[in-house]
Amino acid sequence: MDGDLSPQDKKDLDKFIKFFALKTVQVIVQARLGEKICTRSSSSPTGSDWFNLAIKDIPEVTHEAKKALAGQLPGIGRSMCVEISLKTSEGDSMELETWCLEMNEKCDKDIKVSYTVYNRLSVLLKSLLAITRVTPAYKLSRKQGHDYVILYRIYFGEVQLGALGEGFQTVRVGVVGTPVGTVTLSCAYRTNLAFMSSRQFERSAPIMGIIVDHFVDAGGGGGSQRPVNMGQPCNYRAPDDEDGGAFAGVQDSQEVCTTSFSTSPPSQCVCTLSPSPSKLSKPLPLDSLQLPLAPGLVAHALYASRLSYQPAPTGGAAEFNTNQGFQAGKEGGGIVLVPAPPPPHGADVQLTVENAPDTTSSSGDEDGLLQSGEGRSVSPCDPVESLNAFTRKVGAFVNKPSAQITAASLDLPFAAFAPRALDSEENDPMVNPPASPPSQSPLQASLHSQGSEGSGQQDDFVMVDFRPAFSKDDLLPMDLGTFYREFQNPPQLASLSLHTSSQSMADDLDSLPEKLRVYEKNIDEFDAFVEMLQ
Amino acid sequence: MNCRSEVLEVTVEARQVEEAMLALLHTILLHRSTGKFHYKKEGTYSIGTVGTQDIDCDFIDFTFVRVSSEELDRVIRKAVSEFKDALSSDGMGQISLEFYQKKKSRWPFSDECIPWEVWSIKVNMVNLANEQERQICREKVGEKLGDKVINVVEVINRHEYLPKMPTQSEVDNVFDTSLKDVQPYLYKITYQITDSLGTSVSTTMRRLIKDTLAL
Repeated sequence: MDGDLSPQDKKDLDKFIKFFALKTVQVIVQARLGEKICTRSSSSPTGSDWFNLAIKDIPEVTHEAKKALAGQLPGIGRSMCVEISLKTSEGDSMELETWCLEMNEKCDKDIKVSYTVYNRLSVLLKSLLAITRVTPAYKLSRKQGHDYVILYRIYFGEVQLGALGEGFQTVRVGVVGTPVGTVTLSCAYRTNLAFMSSRQFERSAPIMGIIVDHFVDAGGGGGSQRPVNMGQPCNYRAPDDEDGGAFAGVQDSQEVCTTSFSTSPPSQCVCTLSPSPSKLSKPLPLDSLQLPLAPGLVAHALYASRLSYQPAPTGGAAEFNTNQGFQAGKEGGGIVLVPAPPPPHGADVQLTVENAPDTTSSSGDEDGLLQSGEGRSVSPCDPVESLNAFTRKVGAFVNKPSAQITAASLDLPFAAFAPRALDSEENDPMVNPPASPPSQSPLQASLHSQGSEGSGQQDDFVMVDFRPAFSKDDLLPMDLGTFYREFQNPPQLASLSLHTSSQSMADDLDSLPEKLRVYEKNIDEFDAFVEMLQ
Repeated sequence: MNCRSEVLEVTVEARQVEEAMLALLHTILLHRSTGKFHYKKEGTYSIGTVGTQDIDCDFIDFTFVRVSSEELDRVIRKAVSEFKDALSSDGMGQISLEFYQKKKSRWPFSDECIPWEVWSIKVNMVNLANEQERQICREKVGEKLGDKVINVVEVINRHEYLPKMPTQSEVDNVFDTSLKDVQPYLYKITYQITDSLGTSVSTTMRRLIKDTLAL
């Protein structure tokens, strides 16, 4: 009962809990900024470092926290929660974790407020510092910026864990007993993130730059079941770097910027980027992706270096070429976009879309992009393949009757091996191997080759009758398959066949004693040899 | 008084030993360090401020928080480095961080060191064959260290015995006042190596004797 507590103690306790709540929020949000935190120890107390810990106070975060608390304190039934969520550049968002500061009725009457409670709250804050680096969202937050941002939201009242998906885990940071109740700090975090390691999204080869995405406005990203205030980006910089005005401006716009791309056939790499005019008041340099990026600008900078990719389309999805790519954000745990390592300029970003199991607000029928079930990695599909088809050379091993080919029309390095009417044995490269030919790939014969052999004619359509380099120059032109079949069973080596034909088993045995005598005579040589080997 | 004893066990690759030990030892010391005490008149004191620092590991997918004190970091690194050198490539070892109090005895007896909390970190070293295994190990060890940090935090937040806050004359019996920016509880770091022949018998005996004496 409060009556047991002296007024001074009660006042102190309330102050401790209030500042503990504010510092908790600071620690959590700062841990999700995506940077390493470093503060200095100071041997002389400054008087403003609560709990004897150097924790900076980001003004906006304090402001948000105070707004949420609205003059109240965390108490029994009134918990303070910090929700950390991830928002992709398309506007999809997903809740990652919820940190809860709760109070329960279990009181510790005998504890000394000004001393023990204070110190234990200090230890609890240190524990919070340690645990915030351990949950899966930490690694994600360190990589934020290119494809997604981390947002936070503070609310007061009942804890809402529904949006964390199935199987979320809880870790308890610690408890501190006080005369008015026990303060508990815990974190509930989504677990299916644990399967999203960067390894899964490594690609073997980069996909070169066709950008055919068409992104529509996310429409605020929020849905009916999500709180209206989607949360603030965890991308604050120290106050001396930018003024509060810019930050305030960012807070207003949670939408992905609208960019439009022309619908282009794969052979044309045309894309236009136009950031939505409703975004930042301050222009931010595009080349530096290190700056704190508002959600809108993230999208902008992202698209400049984005590459073509698509998930395997489901039935409902339109073809990728027609830019149906990522429809407006379906809310509620649809997409998680895992970032690739930071791309070099304008080059090779590989992005994969992973699906988190849907949470409460999913309507089951998502856009073509979102599929239920496990995440799948993206494979480059239509645009790239069709591009390849467009420029693919005519089959290198296509079999064509020799009559259609004249050597003069071929720009092959091995044009000499192309069959003329009936080549004699001298021209057979197998028998008389030519002087080592220049090591060019025959595939260099292209539709518009400039081979050194020179070609008088440029046919409209040139069939390349290719021969494997050392194939027999026979009467019949041979394709690779025939070549293999013929030469799969080569004739016996002459030396071997000589033996088998000329000597029988009996002869072998007869010659043995003779051989033994020879070996015995040379035994010293053999011994010396063996010793040399040892 | 019973000494609280906690054991943590990790399996790491050779090049991860140092960082894994640093991560765990610094996490423990973060919770067991305060700011410098400044005693004022009338037995009151004020406490300095402890800063913190995030440290990324190079060989493990892990980031840990340590106290911002170069001096303390140097001491811990030196101990961990000695431990690592003593460990053979395939061996097992154990590094112990012991918090103790000094109890002044009368002459001619020397001061007693009474431990009140001992953290033992057992290390199993493995050798990995190829890069892919090493990559998996990076992540796995990172996750395991995360679990260990959660264990440490759980134990510490039970708020069991802690030495009483000392008066000015007693402060050196409870705290290590040699550092200029932070003040951890008095601690010492020891280690034992178990060679592959398993001198575990002697290790067990040693531990039994130590524990008995500690009581």
